[in-house]
Amino acid sequence: MKINEQIAIDHGLKKEEYKKICDLLKRVPNLTELGIFSAMWNEHCSYKSSRLHLKKLPTSGEKVIQGPGENAGVIDIEDGDAIVFKIESHNHPSFIEPYQGAATGVGGIMRDVFTMGARPIANLNSIHFGSSQNKKTKNLLRGVVHGIGGYGNCMGVPTIAGQTSFDSSYNGNILVNAMTLGLVKKNKIFYSKAAGLNKPVIYVGSKTGRDGIHGASMASASFDEKIEEKKPTVQVGDPFTEKLLLEACLELMAGDSIIAIQDMGAAGLTSSSIEMASKGNLGIELNLNKVPCRESKMTPYEIMLSESQERMLIVLENGKEDLAKKIFDKWDLDFAIIGKTTNTKNIELYYDERQVATIPINTLVENSPMYDRKWKKTKLPKKNLIKKEEFKKFKIKEVLGKILSNPNVCSKEWIWQQYDHTVMGDTIQKPGGDSGVVRVHGTDKAIAATVDSSAIYCWAHPLTGGKQVVCESWRNLISVGATPIAITNCLNFGSPEKEENMGEFVECVQGIGEACEYLKFPVVSGNVSFYNQTKEIGIKPTPSIGGVGLMKNYKQMITMDFKEINNLVLVIGKTEGHLDQSLFARNILNEKNGPPPEINLFNEKNNGESILQLIKNNLIKTAHDVSIGGIITAVSKMCIKGNKGIEFNKPKYFMNEIEYLFCEDQGRYVIEIDPKDLKKVISILDKNSVHFDELGKIIDKNMIINQKTKVTIDELKSYNTNWLKEYMN
Amino acid sequence: MKSAVITFPGSNCDRDMHVALNKFGFKNQMVWHNDNELPKSDLVVLPGGFSYGDYLRCGSMASKSKIMQSVINFAKSGGLVMGICNGFQILVESGLVPGVLLRNRYLEFICKNVFVKIDNKDNPYFKNLNKEVFEFHIAHNEGNYFCTNDQLKEIEDNNQVAIYYCNNNGKTEEKFNPNGSLKNIAGIFNKEKNVLGMMPHPERMIDKSLSGEDGSFFFKNLINNIR
Repeated sequence: MKINEQIAIDHGLKKEEYKKICDLLKRVPNLTELGIFSAMWNEHCSYKSSRLHLKKLPTSGEKVIQGPGENAGVIDIEDGDAIVFKIESHNHPSFIEPYQGAATGVGGIMRDVFTMGARPIANLNSIHFGSSQNKKTKNLLRGVVHGIGGYGNCMGVPTIAGQTSFDSSYNGNILVNAMTLGLVKKNKIFYSKAAGLNKPVIYVGSKTGRDGIHGASMASASFDEKIEEKKPTVQVGDPFTEKLLLEACLELMAGDSIIAIQDMGAAGLTSSSIEMASKGNLGIELNLNKVPCRESKMTPYEIMLSESQERMLIVLENGKEDLAKKIFDKWDLDFAIIGKTTNTKNIELYYDERQVATIPINTLVENSPMYDRKWKKTKLPKKNLIKKEEFKKFKIKEVLGKILSNPNVCSKEWIWQQYDHTVMGDTIQKPGGDSGVVRVHGTDKAIAATVDSSAIYCWAHPLTGGKQVVCESWRNLISVGATPIAITNCLNFGSPEKEENMGEFVECVQGIGEACEYLKFPVVSGNVSFYNQTKEIGIKPTPSIGGVGLMKNYKQMITMDFKEINNLVLVIGKTEGHLDQSLFARNILNEKNGPPPEINLFNEKNNGESILQLIKNNLIKTAHDVSIGGIITAVSKMCIKGNKGIEFNKPKYFMNEIEYLFCEDQGRYVIEIDPKDLKKVISILDKNSVHFDELGKIIDKNMIINQKTKVTIDELKSYNTNWLKEYMN
Repeated sequence: MKSAVITFPGSNCDRDMHVALNKFGFKNQMVWHNDNELPKSDLVVLPGGFSYGDYLRCGSMASKSKIMQSVINFAKSGGLVMGICNGFQILVESGLVPGVLLRNRYLEFICKNVFVKIDNKDNPYFKNLNKEVFEFHIAHNEGNYFCTNDQLKEIEDNNQVAIYYCNNNGKTEEKFNPNGSLKNIAGIFNKEKNVLGMMPHPERMIDKSLSGEDGSFFFKNLINNIR
């Protein structure tokens, strides 16, 4: 086939990009070569629209062992231990085929982590669906949950936390972001940088099939009505093989045979081989006849672009081939020597003893396109003035019922009960808390992890929203007693070719960067998912932040269930009554305009550190951060979990009760303390200049808000726990 | 006391079981599915997981592994063999305990704490337990126990039901049945009561920081019974 501009365009390349390829090669590429360029230069692999902006994120710090650029980020958790973690999107495939899309998303992220030598110890996910009224939502939700469970459960890795939201902007583009944490010894981390000439290149894992060809290109395009036709681009997951691959890789990694290792994820054999060679400043030669194939007569083009799952590429030390083969034989996995490293700095492919492609590696990596896309700044919207009289028509109990049963607030037990969250025997905080917590096996340490996003705030004002998500992650870690260390981010946006969407991206990233910088909470890994749009309509900007923190003594972990009658309940941080973009404003007042709550990074840091100080001094019995739905939503959940009530104090604040209870000001926590510790707590808070309110005290079975308003715990439970179960059954 | 945990390809609770057995005083050895012989053991455990991916009927491939012949011989000679979750499915498939395990009633994986009733104490596993209601943890997709009427009669006549799902007061009503199991059955013995298969995971309940501590009671009692 003679290649021309149209074929290049059909591969998702732009006219100018095709011209650049011809210029770089000084000739017209053949079909295999064009396929390789299109795979390496698409948005998903090349980050061509985002690279310029991602560079501005803070990525280093005292605890950072490896920042972005490897398979996953790595942080130091002392005693020679390290945590490897990353979040990644699998949005497009999950919309087309929810079970397999979500399953392979989970499989892919776990591979990224164990490629680095770490045993996965926890999975998390952030999943976003269209409105509950949309006719596709239910099936998509069921498929995605089954897919995540199907893969993670089989692997024997606990799914310890997650986030689920519903918003009509995801009607045509759901989001499935999967995160994995792994544990590794600091001196046994494996990287993808090849080194040395004539080293054998080894293929292990599943066979290569025709599934997933051009998956990464599909993920770099918008959807239209023909999307169902793209089903064959979705990969099929085989968690059993991945479990074997995990055990076999870790067994091989215990020795010193591996020089470099890279999983075959997006763009399969193409990106894995090129990445290892590029990082090592080497060339690589592959004999495609040696690649184990599932189907006969696969062409070089198909072999290079297949995204079959559960495969790894390894550069081995010379002479270690037999030892490695023995391990993979034991685990019944394919093992093939398919090539070697060279000094040509080219990727050279052979098939039937013919050279079928030769491309200088730098043209694929360093010379890949980078765009400074046009973007539009979002102005801070004007505040709404809500008249005090308006609040009079609302009964608190009715409003509370609506808020607690809102799809974005209600209990997600129906989801996480389908995930094995206790396998490995170290899960000490299950889903449903502020963060999931797993012990570092055999030690006193524990790792807390959370995944968060706030698309509404990001949509209303991306800069503030970006900051807010990072702060929320930080707060969720602190609430369980963990010291926040670092984050991973999954940046889900519409088309970068549209100024508004690109603007949302740029400003969210800026907000994330500012908050991370201030809180010393660096970004160590992540991914970008653009083109989450159908025809012209993009999703609300949805950066998902995965935060990780350390607890030195897991016995100091804090949970959110109220513990003891007569204990006092305090709100830490100042309540100003900001209702714009709150759940109350949007769903009860039906007011969708206005700015999100402001982020004050000084207060955020000060309040959070003060909570940690109180926890260190054993002064906090229970903690929970205040987020969507305000103080009363936070307190309701603490009542439900602890099966206890609360009697609110007579208010001392100068605002309407509704504003106080439902507003979404940031940087706040609700804590439970023993009355005898009140003085000590106040003295620490005063010393740190932290504002607090004495909200009330814990009682038996009722929430008594004021003389007129009383809600029983059973009522709170029924508001909160029924919606999702009923919706799905 | 010596124990052995078999690792099949796809087992994923083998380490957890190893940790639990060692914690309560067993000297545990891990045994590979492709080995011919069991090491000398007082207890053999088939752990949970997804042996061979459970792509065929759960447990059916594993029941044909090389080591299983040795496990079957060990059981037939009176040795203690315990199968948890996928291990229970393997026991059923190998014919060591009667019945089958179907998909859960609502076709969904269930991971949660449940209460179970153990009142059948005339056996080496539960002898001397000083309570009847335990809080255990389940995590499975195929735990819906089923057998024919004739089998059921034989099972009940021989007192082979080991564990029932119940509520915190030990009531074994249908509404406390998480997966649709016949008669709320959560675990079952062979006729001789030396082979026990059960869906709940006692190895996940061995520390008060975890889901609970009722697994500790079980293991402590078990090792004392074997001693």
